[in-house]
Amino acid sequence: MGAEVLRIRRRDSLFPPLLAAIHDPPPALFLRGNGEPATLARAAAAVVGARACSAYGRSVARSLSRDLAAAGLVIVSGMARGIDGEAHRGALEAGGTTVAVLGCGVDRDYPAAHAELARRIGERGLVVSEYEPGIEPAPWRFPARNRIIAGLCSATVIVEARERSGALITADFALEEGRDVLAVPGEITSSLSAGTNALLRLGAIPVTCAGDVLELFDLAPIEMSQAELGATAQEALAFLGDGPRTADEIGRATGIEPGSLAASLMELELAGRVTLEDGVYRAMV
Amino acid sequence: MLARAITHALVGLEPRKVEVEAHLQPGIPGFAIVGLADRACQEAKHRVRSGVVSASLEWPLNRRITVNLAPAALRKEGSGFDLPISLAILAAMRQLPPERLAEHAAVGELALDGRIRPVVGTLAVAEGARRSGLSRLVCAAESAPEAALAGIEPVPVRHLAQVVAYLRGEIEAPPFEPLADDALEGLPAPDLADLRGQERARRALEIAAAGAHNLLLAGPPGTGKTMLARRLPGILPPLTRQEALEVTRIHSVAGLLPADRPLVAVPPFRAPHHGASAPAVVGGGPSPRPGEVSLAHRGVLLLDELPEFPRSVLEALRQPLEDGVVAVSRVGGHALFPARFQLIGTMNMCPCGARGDPAVECGCTAQRLGAYREKLSRALLDRFDLAVAMPRPRAVELAAEPGESSTAVRERVIAAREHLRTALPRRTDAASELLSNAVDRLPLSGRGRVRVARVARTIAALAGARAVEPAHVAEALSYRTPGELAAA
Repeated sequence: MGAEVLRIRRRDSLFPPLLAAIHDPPPALFLRGNGEPATLARAAAAVVGARACSAYGRSVARSLSRDLAAAGLVIVSGMARGIDGEAHRGALEAGGTTVAVLGCGVDRDYPAAHAELARRIGERGLVVSEYEPGIEPAPWRFPARNRIIAGLCSATVIVEARERSGALITADFALEEGRDVLAVPGEITSSLSAGTNALLRLGAIPVTCAGDVLELFDLAPIEMSQAELGATAQEALAFLGDGPRTADEIGRATGIEPGSLAASLMELELAGRVTLEDGVYRAMV
Repeated sequence: MLARAITHALVGLEPRKVEVEAHLQPGIPGFAIVGLADRACQEAKHRVRSGVVSASLEWPLNRRITVNLAPAALRKEGSGFDLPISLAILAAMRQLPPERLAEHAAVGELALDGRIRPVVGTLAVAEGARRSGLSRLVCAAESAPEAALAGIEPVPVRHLAQVVAYLRGEIEAPPFEPLADDALEGLPAPDLADLRGQERARRALEIAAAGAHNLLLAGPPGTGKTMLARRLPGILPPLTRQEALEVTRIHSVAGLLPADRPLVAVPPFRAPHHGASAPAVVGGGPSPRPGEVSLAHRGVLLLDELPEFPRSVLEALRQPLEDGVVAVSRVGGHALFPARFQLIGTMNMCPCGARGDPAVECGCTAQRLGAYREKLSRALLDRFDLAVAMPRPRAVELAAEPGESSTAVRERVIAAREHLRTALPRRTDAASELLSNAVDRLPLSGRGRVRVARVARTIAALAGARAVEPAHVAEALSYRTPGELAAA
């Protein structure tokens, strides 16, 4: 990614129109990356959520962003740990374009663990901030950053959020500007889904598949060519339809012996049909 | 009046011949030991004097006694010189025939009442004696079975008076009764049948045993990680006689051999606590001693709670893991300790231990999790060929039938090792293609790729296959170090 930083002011023709329309647009945006500044004017969806998220949220954020990006949407998020990072990764996996909005100068890699992710985002997309290069990250800058995430997109998807979390602030900004707010339903017993379930009660659009989001943009989901799966892999995948399971549970239920089960699960993982976290396999939606 | 006795000092595991010379001359009574003798060795003066008197033998009065341990430049330590020193002095006084003494090597510690106590490293001393062309070693009765392993004839003795009587030819050599064969076999290791469920982890253990791969087990507390690790020696092939002697020599020097089981016949299992220092784990100290990695030579080293070990200890492990040998250099000498061991590490998935347990919610912050995993450098994680997550089994799993026994698994392991030795399976083109694709998709380093290829070969060998098929590579990939364990 080029080290140079591009600055576009509110009165420049390149300034994204959706962002210019919010009630307190930033005076200027700083851009880093190989993506064209016009990327910011393309149809975009924000995918945001909790930093400390569950394996479920992680897997949904990844596959949802992948499908949205494959259909042609730009995925906008905040490059934080957890849901945000997975949203960017999903878009990159689909070969799509993604934009990261930071709460510090665009020359800062924050969080440091995502330096490599920032580099990959910049290969085709953009890293964006309203702050001058060199400005340090600070907690009180993040809510302001969230208004830009919401402002760049006509729809905002909240994947997992606790009550009173930063992701809900993004949803509030989106609502204030009259943009669409969508939420991914979660288990009612999980505190990680309390925020999203509360949004749904208030009338947010539930997301059950990528099509629910794409409908708002008049886009059709792209049928991704699925790799041919072996017989045991299909059997294991069918069993995972009932919910996440460990390898041993799949083996006991299907009778597949551990060696070929491990091979089949790897086949599914490489094909992007299941995810593995902490020894638990989960089918991708 | 001069006489000498032969014994051997140890430098690391290597015996070096030492001549114990005793010289008596008229003069002011005195007793000096020269030749770089350490403190325990200097204290021999008092033990030797009391021992000789207690054995109703004559102590040289009105004589100046000089004992020289030659070569003088070699550092001597320990109490094993007591017996040769007393025999040299007695021979110098002609209380026993010097020429008879010259036919024997001797090692042992003296008690104040003249009894002879066993010392550590007797096996290595016996091997040294054999190499010096001596056929008999006078040693404590408890050490005799150990000395016999070196192919030398032990003269098992219990008291100094008995040794002297024997060397004078007054009595026959005390009889050495070889131990029954079963004493030369190892105690059985705990059995795999005790472990219920965890089929995936059992499978990984079997592959680790077949290919001598290092294994990392990650999971919440109480899922059987340690229990599984302790069952690895039981499914490894038994040691050959040559290997068993190698291992026994190390354990003998460390003083870990039980008297009734002089031969370490099964792969050793060592599990140092995470409070152990780097010298204790890799070996060293002021005079070189074998560390845990050498005690686990040809066996298994378990590092339970891997991230709790100090970083310095973990990094120090990398060299022996790579070379299979530890080189310790000290003022006291330079020693090589073999350390070809199989490493098993266990860890929780996060500092609070709740990850991987569906019943509890993990409360670790991203920072704490990062710091926990940071401790395991990529370089160390790269040394684990196999990594398996062991999530908490549900109650139904624990009610399952007992698993396969160690004996059945060991047979497959032995067959696979034979297969790897005689007909190394090669990758098919399809398997190579899958491996290359996976390297692009997964966080795999160059070394990681080599590891996966090696594990795939072992899996093919376990299946008795002639070639490494894509399914073998896929299974090997599923045991890769999960990306999330390497500091994300």
